[in-house]
Amino acid sequence: MSNQRKRPTGEREEDDEEDDAEGIGQWERAYVDDRSWEALQEDESGLLRPIDTSAIYHAQYRRRLRMLSAAAAGTRIQKGLIRYLYIVIDFSRAAAETDFRPSRMAIMAKHVEAFIREFFDQNPLSQIGLVSIKNGIAHTLTDLGGSPESHIQALMGKLEAAGDSSLQNALELVHEHLNQIPSYGHREVLILYSALSTSDPGDIMETIQKCKKSRLRCSVIGLSAEMFICKHLCQETGGLYSVAVDEVHLKDLLLEHAPPPPAIAEFAISNLIKMGFPQRAAEGSMAICSCHKEVKIGAGYTCPRCKARVCELPTECTICGLTLVSSPHLARSYHHLFPIAPFDEVPTLASSNDPRRKLGKSCFGCQQSLLGAGNKPGPCVTCRKCKHYFCLDCDIYIHESLHNCPGCESIHRPKSVSLMEE
Amino acid sequence: MASVASKLYSDDVSLLVLLLDTNPLFWSNTSTTFSQFLSHVLAFLNAVLGLNQLNQVVVIATGYSSCDYIYDSSLTSNVNSESGRTGMPALFGSLLEKLEDFIDKDEELIKEQEHDDRIASSLLSGSLSMALCYIQRVFRSGHLHPQPRILCLQGSPDGPEQYVAVMNSIFSAQRLMVPIDSCYIGTQNSAFLQQASYITGGVHHAPKQLDGLFQFLTTIFATDLHTRSFVQLPKPVGVDFRASCFCHKKTIDMGYVCSVCLSIFCEHHKKCSTCGSVFGQSKLDGASTVSDKKRKAPDS
Repeated sequence: MSNQRKRPTGEREEDDEEDDAEGIGQWERAYVDDRSWEALQEDESGLLRPIDTSAIYHAQYRRRLRMLSAAAAGTRIQKGLIRYLYIVIDFSRAAAETDFRPSRMAIMAKHVEAFIREFFDQNPLSQIGLVSIKNGIAHTLTDLGGSPESHIQALMGKLEAAGDSSLQNALELVHEHLNQIPSYGHREVLILYSALSTSDPGDIMETIQKCKKSRLRCSVIGLSAEMFICKHLCQETGGLYSVAVDEVHLKDLLLEHAPPPPAIAEFAISNLIKMGFPQRAAEGSMAICSCHKEVKIGAGYTCPRCKARVCELPTECTICGLTLVSSPHLARSYHHLFPIAPFDEVPTLASSNDPRRKLGKSCFGCQQSLLGAGNKPGPCVTCRKCKHYFCLDCDIYIHESLHNCPGCESIHRPKSVSLMEE
Repeated sequence: MASVASKLYSDDVSLLVLLLDTNPLFWSNTSTTFSQFLSHVLAFLNAVLGLNQLNQVVVIATGYSSCDYIYDSSLTSNVNSESGRTGMPALFGSLLEKLEDFIDKDEELIKEQEHDDRIASSLLSGSLSMALCYIQRVFRSGHLHPQPRILCLQGSPDGPEQYVAVMNSIFSAQRLMVPIDSCYIGTQNSAFLQQASYITGGVHHAPKQLDGLFQFLTTIFATDLHTRSFVQLPKPVGVDFRASCFCHKKTIDMGYVCSVCLSIFCEHHKKCSTCGSVFGQSKLDGASTVSDKKRKAPDS
């Protein structure tokens, strides 16, 4: 992966070329920037063919799943479901570097937008806030809130880089904000750091100890190189430190932070939170909504405690402060609580007593044939509980998006063994 | 050839995945017989296939103790089957054979297990999951594919033990942008189907007279996704998203939610009955008091 990093001399040459941008055609860019020869490999007879990415992709996916399930080991790990996350983005002069096309700033903004949407999709009860570091000072772009649109608008509004970066100022600001949240919430910070230095007004080690004491979990994603201070911060507070080598890797690293992390035992204080489940307002009813302060007709929800009208859920009622959710929002987090076990790989046997021949030649989920070239059994996986066979693509889809095994759901289970009562 | 195919794949080519409820415990209690119902459904499937040359239909049966694929119009093996039945179009000969086999197997499985349930629900979550896996396979096949949608023809009541699985399928369908239409032909209201259609942007309808089922199916559920913007379809009315508490099962307006396991209670408790966490205390505090007592014992 390291050979894909651009060397300084290469960068200077590209800057010259970009000055007369009309001179470079798209076909030349494929060689200069993308190194298209790396996507080919030779087979046994010396002929060139593109790399078979599906097998590699599936192998990567299985490694990741094995790491996750090794930690879980059959027990259900408590996860921090109600998260208060601050995203700190470094807008110092290092963010204007062009080693990520078109610039680190633009790529960070694009992927943070995708991350925010994915985050609210997986954690509907959580809240995000944005902080930026510019000229050595940390600014709050948005306060903690649950609506993705307002965060994305604030982020895209100001994309300019200047000055130094200061890690301590950012941590102090975030620490101040996160001290005000209720005790059942999980406090997290995600720092996107592109600079190679930090200019701090005081002792950053003290700040790190302060964060550790207030149960703040800090994770850092670096865009340039690994730094000791970031690694120390993450180790002390129990977060994850990773450095992105290219754009695709950066996106993967960011999206790893979307599912809820395992809760650290001494940090997790459980509490009963009072929540309201509002009903839809009657068709044609007129009311002034409390979020926009305008007259609205019809669609909207009524807070059960103070009867104020709100436009969308989940939200906090602006009048009485009650958290308003609907049952699908809670249901979005249930798959974190009841994860399905990973499927087992089936070794490809060529013997004729293979019981698989009798059981089924097609994937149970999508009916695709499981036979590879020449009617020999191709790669497939099987579920431990229902013993049905699935193809590799269904395996990935079931574990990443669907969270239900079709085979286990197609068996009638008597009520006594149901996991959850509704 | 590729350019000709792309001209044929216009906006209104659709893939309809039909989830047919074959639960014998439901069908033994209705005024309309299953074969009358099936004749409406087969005429509807013919109508859908006739709307566009490239339309595809897949039928998955939702039984009481199993689910399976019954028919796929894109497989060429359907054409060669001998149809010994009179009055039914040869196109559906294999569908009827497979459906009979499936129902026989399902009934055998029912006899094997004892059923103590008063709620005789069918396995909606199983067939929804299978439908979504099939649709995911269609998406993988390239950028020239029909627009998929799911139609649930359900009569059995909702089974509460399937709530989590059905909600997972609904959210996955929402991400894939696949609408779930639902036609409920039973007696009580089905909250699962109403929520499914509302969240995924599909149409929900519960026809009162089953004699006119073909009419409802063709006027409401046969339109493809592109044409729906020009047609007036039944609007979602009064979908109740309130939750029910875990202790009494009654719907509540305001309640208490455990921050660890998200269980809903109507009154304040000291301990969560689902995950066992004591409220107001971290797990480590609870553990350390126990270990203190243990440490004291050997000293004394």
